[in-house]
Amino acid sequence: MTRPNLVDSRRVAAALALAAATLALGACGGIQPWVKPYERDRLADPIMSWQRDAISGAYLDHVYDSREGSRGATGTAGGGCGCN
Amino acid sequence: MRRAPANFPVAAARRAAATLALLVGVAGAAVLPDDRADVFYSDYRGGGMDITGESVLVRKKFSEQFAVEGNYFVDKVSGASVDVLSNASVIRDERKQKSLSVEFIHDKTQYNLSYTQSAERDYISNTTHFSLSQDMFGDLTTVTLGFTDTRDKVGENDGTAFQPRVVWLGHATSRSYEAGISQILTKNLIAGATLEVITDQGYLANPYRSIRYLDPTNALGYSLASQVYPNTHTSTAVEGRIKYYLPWRAAASASYRYYSDTWGIRGNTVELDYTHPISNVWILEGRVRYYEQNQANFYADLYPFANAFNFEARDRNLAASTNQTIGLKATYAFLPDGWRVFKRGTVTADLSHVQFKYSDFRDIKDYKLPAFRPGTEPLYQYGANIYQIYLSMFY
Repeated sequence: MTRPNLVDSRRVAAALALAAATLALGACGGIQPWVKPYERDRLADPIMSWQRDAISGAYLDHVYDSREGSRGATGTAGGGCGCN
Repeated sequence: MRRAPANFPVAAARRAAATLALLVGVAGAAVLPDDRADVFYSDYRGGGMDITGESVLVRKKFSEQFAVEGNYFVDKVSGASVDVLSNASVIRDERKQKSLSVEFIHDKTQYNLSYTQSAERDYISNTTHFSLSQDMFGDLTTVTLGFTDTRDKVGENDGTAFQPRVVWLGHATSRSYEAGISQILTKNLIAGATLEVITDQGYLANPYRSIRYLDPTNALGYSLASQVYPNTHTSTAVEGRIKYYLPWRAAASASYRYYSDTWGIRGNTVELDYTHPISNVWILEGRVRYYEQNQANFYADLYPFANAFNFEARDRNLAASTNQTIGLKATYAFLPDGWRVFKRGTVTADLSHVQFKYSDFRDIKDYKLPAFRPGTEPLYQYGANIYQIYLSMFY
């Protein structure tokens, strides 16, 4: 008997979840924004940006990526040099 | 130099794209951010290394729908880390990286295409990145999908720092698939999540790091040998984050990332940030970050004999470890009324301290026989200071 490939199973599960989420979002086409545009002044404040300075944010992520085993999901590609 | 897949230009380009996508999400309508020019300097000091970075970024809108961004980054490495043993030479190297990014907005969709080239004498990397972001649900939600293709040429300097002789060892390719969402939850709260899967293939080891195995014939009690890595690697990372606007005009944010890969590494990252403006002149920020990971399943600090396993690694990036960061950042705004073509400017200073600690990687550079038998040396740990200062002019 062939053992199921866990990685493939996870990929399939992830793809199904993504498809379900897409369908769910599509079904919500008539949704009304519960935060009106004129109520977003605080969110538009620069202090609410996830990252105000692209070079600095990328640099710090690079510092970690080149010294840790983890990578990805931070908006950067990971990896790096100068890690000796 | 060292294992350098993907490299910083990719990071810069993709960070810019991600930042832009998030900004779009916050601002509501899809608009391109202001034109800006940045001059950046950084210095990393820790673990025997001194790495300085210099960068220039210019961003220009040619219409309300189209913008171009260019970035040039040079970093210079010097020092001798705990990995430099038998070669015993001080490392000196320089990496130059160029990236060009174009952004285009059509209705509520934003497209980003970037190309990055990074070159050092023993490592060449070329990266292409594409992403698109879509605003939906009354602009409360922004969904981003991204794809990155990286092609690297990996070499090793068999000469010295001053008389290099590079031997090319192989190639590596990497593909990244990314999906993200940014969601306004209330008028004070925004949340985001990102999923990224990266697959690598080819020469994936760092040629400058070695394994060691017990060897009674060697005066040290051990000998060094080349690492042998699998030639494939797939990782999955998921990050969730929230940011809250506090009643006294300040912001607090938290993020958590879970990482898993086919080499057996599991990692957890937690970060907390606090941002506090003072009038419209200063913005002060503080952050703490905690990271932990277990070791890769083919990693060992000391192997029992030569060629003990098919795959062997002693790269400390693959060792079980933790690190903690504390960071402070201050931004000063000037020219509030503008000057000539400039609308405003900011100067930012950022200082971070990181404490690294390994639980199965030993310091064999500073501790040897007869005081320490192989495998009994103290575990390696070190602190690093990261300095950044940069000028940003908006126009």
